[in-house]
Amino acid sequence: MAMLDIDKTRCIGCGACVVECPTDALDLVDGIAVVNQEKCIRCGKCVRVCPANALNLEREGEGAQPEKRDPEAGKRHEFSKEQPLPEQVAGYAAKRPKDAAAGKGESGEAAEYRGVCVLIEQHQGEVAPVSWELLGEGRKLADTLRVPLAGVLLGSEVEEIIPEVFAYGAEEVYVIDDPILESYRTEPYARAIVDLVQKYKPEIFLYGATTLGRDLSGAVATELKTGLTADCTVLGIDQETGLLQQTRPAFGGNIMATILCRKHRPQMATVRPRVMAMPEKAEGRSGPVQRETLNMAEEDVRTKVVDFIRGKGRSVFLDKAEIIVSVGKGLGSAKNLPMVEELANVLGATLAGSRQAVEAGWLSHEHQVGQTGVTVRPKVYFAIGISGAIQHLVGMETSDCIIAINNDPEAPIFKVANYGLAGDLFQLVPALTKEFSKRMSLGLGR
Amino acid sequence: MHFVVCLKQVPDTSEVRIDPKTNTLMREGVPSIINPYDAHALEEALALRDKAGGKVTVLSMGPPQAVDSLRKAVSLGADEAILLSDRAFAGSDTLATSYILAQALEKIRQEQGIDLVLCGKQAIDGDTAQVGPGIARRLDIPQLTYVIKVDWIKEGEIQVHRKLEDGREVARAKLPALLTVEKELNEIRYATFPNMLRAAKYEPLVWGADKFHLSPAEMGLKGSPTSVSRIFAPPGRTGGEQIMAIDDPGSAAISLVGKLFQQNIIMVHPIARGGRD
Amino acid sequence: MRAVEEFDVIVVGAGPAGLAAAMTAVRNGMKTIVIERGEFPGAKNVMGGVLYTQPTSRLIPEFYQEAPLERPVVEQRYAFLEGDNAFTAGYRAPAWADPPYNAHTVLRAKFDRWLAKKAEAEGVLIITETVVEDLLYKGDAVVGVRTGRAEGDVRGKVVILAEGVNALIAKKAGLHTQLGPEHVAVAVKEIISLPREKIEDRFCLEEGQGATLELLGGATAGMIGTAFIYTNQDSLSVGIGCLLSEMVKRQANPNDLLERLKAHPFVRKLIQGGETKEYMGHLIPEGGYKAIPKMYRQGVMVVGDAGMLVNGIHREGSNLAMVSGMAAGEVAAGAINSHDLSEQSMKLYQDRLKETFVLKDLYKYRNSAHLFEENPQFFTTYPEILSGAAREFFTVDSMPKADKQKKIWKMVTGKRAKGDLIRDMWKLWRTMG
Repeated sequence: MAMLDIDKTRCIGCGACVVECPTDALDLVDGIAVVNQEKCIRCGKCVRVCPANALNLEREGEGAQPEKRDPEAGKRHEFSKEQPLPEQVAGYAAKRPKDAAAGKGESGEAAEYRGVCVLIEQHQGEVAPVSWELLGEGRKLADTLRVPLAGVLLGSEVEEIIPEVFAYGAEEVYVIDDPILESYRTEPYARAIVDLVQKYKPEIFLYGATTLGRDLSGAVATELKTGLTADCTVLGIDQETGLLQQTRPAFGGNIMATILCRKHRPQMATVRPRVMAMPEKAEGRSGPVQRETLNMAEEDVRTKVVDFIRGKGRSVFLDKAEIIVSVGKGLGSAKNLPMVEELANVLGATLAGSRQAVEAGWLSHEHQVGQTGVTVRPKVYFAIGISGAIQHLVGMETSDCIIAINNDPEAPIFKVANYGLAGDLFQLVPALTKEFSKRMSLGLGR
Repeated sequence: MHFVVCLKQVPDTSEVRIDPKTNTLMREGVPSIINPYDAHALEEALALRDKAGGKVTVLSMGPPQAVDSLRKAVSLGADEAILLSDRAFAGSDTLATSYILAQALEKIRQEQGIDLVLCGKQAIDGDTAQVGPGIARRLDIPQLTYVIKVDWIKEGEIQVHRKLEDGREVARAKLPALLTVEKELNEIRYATFPNMLRAAKYEPLVWGADKFHLSPAEMGLKGSPTSVSRIFAPPGRTGGEQIMAIDDPGSAAISLVGKLFQQNIIMVHPIARGGRD
Repeated sequence: MRAVEEFDVIVVGAGPAGLAAAMTAVRNGMKTIVIERGEFPGAKNVMGGVLYTQPTSRLIPEFYQEAPLERPVVEQRYAFLEGDNAFTAGYRAPAWADPPYNAHTVLRAKFDRWLAKKAEAEGVLIITETVVEDLLYKGDAVVGVRTGRAEGDVRGKVVILAEGVNALIAKKAGLHTQLGPEHVAVAVKEIISLPREKIEDRFCLEEGQGATLELLGGATAGMIGTAFIYTNQDSLSVGIGCLLSEMVKRQANPNDLLERLKAHPFVRKLIQGGETKEYMGHLIPEGGYKAIPKMYRQGVMVVGDAGMLVNGIHREGSNLAMVSGMAAGEVAAGAINSHDLSEQSMKLYQDRLKETFVLKDLYKYRNSAHLFEENPQFFTTYPEILSGAAREFFTVDSMPKADKQKKIWKMVTGKRAKGDLIRDMWKLWRTMG
């Protein structure tokens, strides 16, 4: 007789097996799946859905694999470094997935929803670049699903932005132009989006993971009682089901998790700025503009924006920097910072740091690159004494050129670096500074 | 005034690791802490109470062990602590979590009123920043997120500074309202000895699913629209050229600088002494 | 101002000594608080690794049913290292694998935390992350302690100092002689993870059983001290300790010593393939009986390491700590019940200790520290002699056995003159026997 075995060290407590179990034999206890062997009918469904490969139907006595086990299951769910994302951007097929065309979700609700929406985030007429990045990404998703891509534009006197939304790839624009929407406030913006979603029923709704996008999407998802995945770094479409695959760093950024929203619509996600590529801008395109009104009066809004103080904004500085010199734990102490500052000065670079460097108090929060800090995409990124934990990598790995300096030749940072120097940073950094400075002053580029 | 702080006990993520050999999560021995942002939310509530008078209640949802974090909150000066703990809550995603917390807050609101709910801007184990706004929506109260300063709070209104990408916004909201806060907001105090004593003896109230109004369809796995479909080690870029620079750092540096100039990765006249614009 | 709460017994430090004292006091009806500076009980207690069953059972009968223990020790081995060679001896008793056991290996951070939970369940109040800065006096009488926290004065009738080797408060109270470098050992330890099957294979153990291995002689590069390897469930505790005075004299670094030990051919194979999970260092009081201070004064008692209660010869510490803690807890309760907190009343504690193995053992070995200090040959020449003799004895060649014995004896006397040999043996017998 086979027994269901749960590997507690692998279980991530996601609950997929609990949902899948037809006999309610599985339960989550303290964040770990637990099986009631008496209820278990050993159908193996849970084994197949487990994303962490933590479940196993073992035969008593011999510990063999069950015959019914999906031959792909183990492979698909292995944490293999070599294995690329199977449904990554590169894998977008031109043809629409077979089931998705019919809008096949698992419930009737999903069937009514169609199309991809992107929030066009603007402040006083200036559009956040992430919105364009999302139109580029939304374009790919919409093409895969063979559905339209729409931009959602909210604000006061935003007419001039509409052509740009088309230029970056939208086929349609939904606009609510109202003085109440002049400065962002959660309540009227959430009202506007909820109304638009209920009218136009998009199956996917994307926001930039900015302060505005995160503030708004959380409110909207709650109001619509649908799923929301924060801070995605990869989006894709499941070829079989047409579901949006939302991939983000999880468990402190040490692993990636792909999240699905199976039954509720729209599937909503926020995406980090500068993770998706900026699409080509094609002037002169246009399409239908749907103008709606805001169903809210100023008296009903319980928040007021009193003032806005533009910051010297170091964070702005960091994410726009062309060259970044970033330090990590390997620097050892704040007293070694001047050595690195000297290199940054010679290069005209901006100083940044890993979480450890910030937590050690060497640099302030505005300088933090990584999952809980800023995402950067400079032309050149120097990683000095940074080992390269995933939470740091997600914040900088889209840099054009990464140069890593670390004394451990096995450090993960070298896996993302274009150039790696394995050696003592206390010798290498001054040597680099000296050489850069020599060439710069002599104009000896080549 | 009644301040309610929602706090989450989280594993210290800087210590969560994947076993490099088996590629499994190593959860043993990872210490639990109060989510750092929530600790700042608590501090602000305590400071506001000390100034304006009133009471601070801390509310957490989690396994029974989460009482440790609630006791810690009491040691810092919270007046009352409530733990929402039930097997039926397991597997809740952000939507279901905000539902459970909001239902508990609703009960508190009915029994003793609430003026301000405070949360951290996000939890370090999930980084979603969704539960705060979710609670505000469900309670139908205004939200002010990313707060770095509270200017004042008075009967019926609060004014704060919010941290945005390009500056700070000064905003007001009618009370009751919900704040989510940044670390810059304040410095966390040290517990006094009498509060430590009180915390050591304090038994937080524990509310199971039967203690307040909950619909089974909206909590736990059933109430969670999102689910994990797979997890994997992050795919990386493939590494480029590695120069061993242990023996002769000087020439390694010269060789690298040469290459960077040759390929125009770095140019003689630095382009960016300020930024792209 | 809040009313300050008053306790019967205040215990400083939540190690085995402090927890044993507190539990005993509570069992005798005393309102008891333990103040610990670490983040949790056990946070600062890193050394050790062997927990003896009998003394612990006196505190918690059949504790082994539920305590987080690593492995029951069925074998104690000794290895005298000399160069690359090793002379080993040991004793194995399979019966020690079952209750009532003799000893277990433990990871102290885990065990102390469990012990603290037990204490809390019995009514001990434990306050962590709080430093006790000094005793509170009213006139000459001790009336409590002052902590580093705001509003941090705590009033109590009896204070039991279980603060560990540094004994800062005991020093301030005049209950601690300044420890010279010859009275403390510096010990460092690594926890090296290794699959349990490998551990069992390498130490020839049945599943779940454990062994201790004490390494003498060359292990410590000829300095006074010992090294050890203890088997945990899926890790090994590998450590080395030497007298501070010796380290200073040789300008040795404890970490280098540990690395040197780990590279020794005898040790290398045992730890091969393991990964270092933790590294820690600590001081151990090694003064022995002669360094034991006066352990009491009006309203105060000193227990455990703070009172130098460590048996350096048998590597015993935590059992002495617990027994001394229990004695102090009882004496405190008796004194409070009879309303006599005088110095005379506290003296009963040290008198009681004298009747237990704690002070009897330490008395027995009272001259050992001195002996080894004055006679370094026990850590230098003798390992060589032992190893050399064994090598000769076990090397099979064509030499007749009688000649071989003569050769060995010649080698021995070549290294140490006959007179010295006899004197050494006499000294050793007098001290240890």
